[in-house]
Amino acid sequence: MATPVLTRPRPERTPRGSRPSTVRRRVGATPRPFYWMVVPAVAVFALLHTVPVLIGVFFSFTNYAGFGSWDFVGFGNFLALFQDDRVLKAYGFTFGFAIVATILTNVISLAIAVGLNAKIAFQSAFRGIFFIPYVLAILVVGYVFQYFFANSLPRILSNVPVFRDNILTNPDWAWTAIVALAVWQACAFAIILYLAGLQTIPQELYEASAIDGATPRRQFRSITFPMISAFFTINMVLSLKGFLQTFDHIVALTAGGPGTSTESITLLIFRGGFQGGEFAYQSANAVLFVVVIMLVSFLQFRILQRKEADF
Amino acid sequence: MAITIDSPATVEPASLRIERDPRGVRRINGNRTRINWWATALIAVCAITVLVPLYFAVITALKTPDQLGGTGFELPTGFHWQNFVDAWTLTRFPQALLNTALITVGAVVLTLLTNSLVAYAIARNLHKPFFKGVYFYLLSAIFIPFPIIMLPVVKETALFGLDNQVGLILLYAVFGLSLNVFIYVAFIKSIPIELEEAAYTDGATTWRVYWQIIFPLLTPMNATVGILTCVWAWNDFILPLVVLSDPAARTLQLSQFVFQGQFNTNYSAAFASYLMAMAPLLIVYIFAQRWVISGVMRGSIK
Repeated sequence: MATPVLTRPRPERTPRGSRPSTVRRRVGATPRPFYWMVVPAVAVFALLHTVPVLIGVFFSFTNYAGFGSWDFVGFGNFLALFQDDRVLKAYGFTFGFAIVATILTNVISLAIAVGLNAKIAFQSAFRGIFFIPYVLAILVVGYVFQYFFANSLPRILSNVPVFRDNILTNPDWAWTAIVALAVWQACAFAIILYLAGLQTIPQELYEASAIDGATPRRQFRSITFPMISAFFTINMVLSLKGFLQTFDHIVALTAGGPGTSTESITLLIFRGGFQGGEFAYQSANAVLFVVVIMLVSFLQFRILQRKEADF
Repeated sequence: MAITIDSPATVEPASLRIERDPRGVRRINGNRTRINWWATALIAVCAITVLVPLYFAVITALKTPDQLGGTGFELPTGFHWQNFVDAWTLTRFPQALLNTALITVGAVVLTLLTNSLVAYAIARNLHKPFFKGVYFYLLSAIFIPFPIIMLPVVKETALFGLDNQVGLILLYAVFGLSLNVFIYVAFIKSIPIELEEAAYTDGATTWRVYWQIIFPLLTPMNATVGILTCVWAWNDFILPLVVLSDPAARTLQLSQFVFQGQFNTNYSAAFASYLMAMAPLLIVYIFAQRWVISGVMRGSIK
């Protein structure tokens, strides 16, 4: 394991007090325990994380059903994906949902975080309340929301057209209920992230700008937002990435229905892969999905980071 | 949070004096009295939105089935504790709770011990190609979303006999490794190396240095990683759903899903069951609120 490259002397890292009396701790050599700390863990990681990724990529080029024999089909699965209405519909729904949920989550959380950071009463109590959804399981909260949308809301809003009937059975509007649950839950973490950002802003900036006659709105636009733009970027990327992979929300609220109108890509991969005998086909779908997610996250980073202010 | 003032003896010393208010937050004296009640009211309204679903869950769980009509926001006429008894037996609550607790505790302990160890070795050897390579290999996995792992990992866990609680514990420790190593390494780099050098001079082994010097110093990061892992493992649904094969191994969240169909006629028992699934973590959170929030915040800044 100790190749010459690894034991190359590095004088700047010599422990100051140690004399070369013990051979093991001679200049620059990596003590063997460091390898024992890393290698077994990384081996397990490779086995349970990297190998599955490679298996997934491998089978995406076959016609494996999850059992029995299989053959290579080249890019057949990928070509078929682009002509599959169900897949395209799932992408359409997932992206629409994720974009709306990301924007709402970030706008609402930023507003609440700014409010929480202002001089308000019961500050820490409110902060504690806003963080509650973070410790609750989406699936279970989802069942509570499901009952609320199906049984309570039609009675409360009995005169409003869309809400009069169970919104979860409405193919055109069921997604809004999923957005409501997703935003309700995701705001908890986003608020904490924004609060952490807001607390890095020195108070002097506000005092100085107030003396210069800046309005609160101007202060937000010229101080607050530029100063937390790094947090804004990371929040946008994390939210979108999370929402694109949504699964629990949909299982709890609509189970993909009515029909397949709220079927997310992750749900489709799960259903096709485990129940539909489409192991290879859905592996291809997953590979495509991963590429899409990574591309979207990367683009988002580039676009948002360009807008970040340098200080 | 700390406010610094360049020269303490400026024009109005009285109004600029820094004081500690009862919550321990440092504030400038003059501003403390001016509480923004409009913002408070607005925040309060938003906070109610967070609490409404919980209120809804609690009152529904206490109703008899025939009280369920109406908007659902009416208070129950009495406390119908039978719902909890029904839910307890219907979802086999004790077993599910035991499974979830076992998996969560196991995942947290295994994660803290192994992930910090890996991070320590990497952080102290980051200038060497092997360790640097391992670091970037682990980091790159952060960007790989779960759906691509989902189908093959089920085959693999079934093959290795890991389609049980032990397998889940291992998976949480492994899948969390990337992010946790990232969090730990950033922190370990800030620990002065002189401390370890002194211990080495006194003849301590690398293992002993890690265990007796580094691990105790990692306490804030251990708290952060522990909280993140705990919330994830307790509330996770998709991993138990795809990995576990034996019904006896079902977790709390999974049993809510499996028994959902049987609640069709008995919504109040279903809500009692939801409450019982949420309660343990919620209670822990209420008591350790400040600690949990600061832990998550610390992890997110890194």
